[in-house]
Amino acid sequence: MTWTALETFFEHAADPVIVTGFVQIAIAVALTAIVLGVVYLRQLGFEREIVTTTVRGLVQVVAAGAVIGILLAAHLAWAGIVLVVMIFVAAWISYKRGVALPGVFRTSVISIGFGAGLTIVAMTLAGAIEMTVEDLIVIGSMIIANAMQTNSLALDRFTGEVASNRAEIEALLSVGASPDEAITQYVSTSVYAALIPTIDAIKSLGIVKIPGLMAGMIIAGANPIYAAQYQFAVMLMIFAAGGLTVVANTLLLSRRVFTDAKQLDETVIDAIET
Amino acid sequence: MNTNLTTVAFERGRIGRQKMAQKLETESLTRVVAGEAIVDSISVRVRESEVLAIIGSSGAGKSSFLRLLNRLDEPTEGTVYLDGTEYREFEPEELRRRIGLIPQESALQPGTVRENVGISDRIRDEPIDDQLTTTLLKWMDLSGYGDRNVDDLSGGERQRIAIARTLYVDPEVLLLDEPTAHLDTETEAQIEELLGELIREGDLTCILVTHDTAQAERLADRVVEFENGRVVDEGTPAEVIG
Repeated sequence: MTWTALETFFEHAADPVIVTGFVQIAIAVALTAIVLGVVYLRQLGFEREIVTTTVRGLVQVVAAGAVIGILLAAHLAWAGIVLVVMIFVAAWISYKRGVALPGVFRTSVISIGFGAGLTIVAMTLAGAIEMTVEDLIVIGSMIIANAMQTNSLALDRFTGEVASNRAEIEALLSVGASPDEAITQYVSTSVYAALIPTIDAIKSLGIVKIPGLMAGMIIAGANPIYAAQYQFAVMLMIFAAGGLTVVANTLLLSRRVFTDAKQLDETVIDAIET
Repeated sequence: MNTNLTTVAFERGRIGRQKMAQKLETESLTRVVAGEAIVDSISVRVRESEVLAIIGSSGAGKSSFLRLLNRLDEPTEGTVYLDGTEYREFEPEELRRRIGLIPQESALQPGTVRENVGISDRIRDEPIDDQLTTTLLKWMDLSGYGDRNVDDLSGGERQRIAIARTLYVDPEVLLLDEPTAHLDTETEAQIEELLGELIREGDLTCILVTHDTAQAERLADRVVEFENGRVVDEGTPAEVIG
């Protein structure tokens, strides 16, 4: 990191537009406060979560903006380092959805690294992501975040499927099925369930939803048709990264719920059920 | 019993085996869970074509013992011999095909009756043996049920499908875990009658876990009583139950 980068950061921080940004945040917070008030009055019981999530989100996103501001002036290698850190953090957040599964953090790092990493590399080589710090971090983070979300959904569903279908899995083992054969349909169900939000997002493109990236490009003056094409490419990148991530992780994890003697592992099942 | 099923059994060489040969033997079989022996040093022998009933109160370790025999659970100590061979020498898949378990819960898969009966082939993407499926369904008194969705079946019908699913893989030893539990009296009698026919004419070696001593008396050649994971009595039904 160079002094130039720090200078860039201070330039961004001193920009008058930052004040405008905080005014806009204040208006958005006021609207959120209405929701908070309703939650409080109706005793829905999650007002604390709204407050902590809002504060946490603000701190995280402003910090991220500041870091990106610094990185814009940094060497390209920093983009790679930031993406790797993001993959680890994403795996850390995601693994808690399947904490009962042995080695789930490691498999999540491998799977998100594989799914998101392969997609970022392929799309960079294809020119869809420009080889700049800005593009790599912004587009890369979108891909990693969605791979994380898909991974979390898959882990949550997979543990649920195993716990609620123990008798069915053992019935299949009892007629001579291998562990892979006994669990394959539950892996498939988990993968499909995890991809439903992305599939629905692609289905609704341009009809129900004008996605943020496309909207931002149009507002910034880009050709709307190119903005739409680029948004579609990004959506497919997100789908590919999520798909590759969950296929890899559920395959890695499906073997870990069985012992070497091809039995459902009692300790794993007990951990899932508790 | 339906002659077609007897024919299938003959064709597969099951009927006509030497009835007095030792089929299954457990040697000090023990399973400890959370520091407690739920199966405690059990040694029993079952002869070819013999029906052994295991009786005992709830929590006596009957079902846990059964799960050790086809290696759904691992024993803490001791072992099992099938035809004189230590059971760890078999691949678990092969062992479970030779020692078939009919579980307490039918645990069917979504789909049709036919797909469930032939599930052991379907999961390998192999064609289901329609002739065998038809024979088994006829014997189970479920002729014409092949294309029905299992969600539309009663508890008794589902249990009969579970029995057919296990018979489809042609096990040499049949483990029955409370096969008529959770069924109404009429259905229980029907299933027991089917099992009686299977045992008498199918010439299978069976281990039947039941809490119903009358059922054990009707179906078994020999009875073993469990208490706290241990054998407390063993003999003919008249000796143990009588």
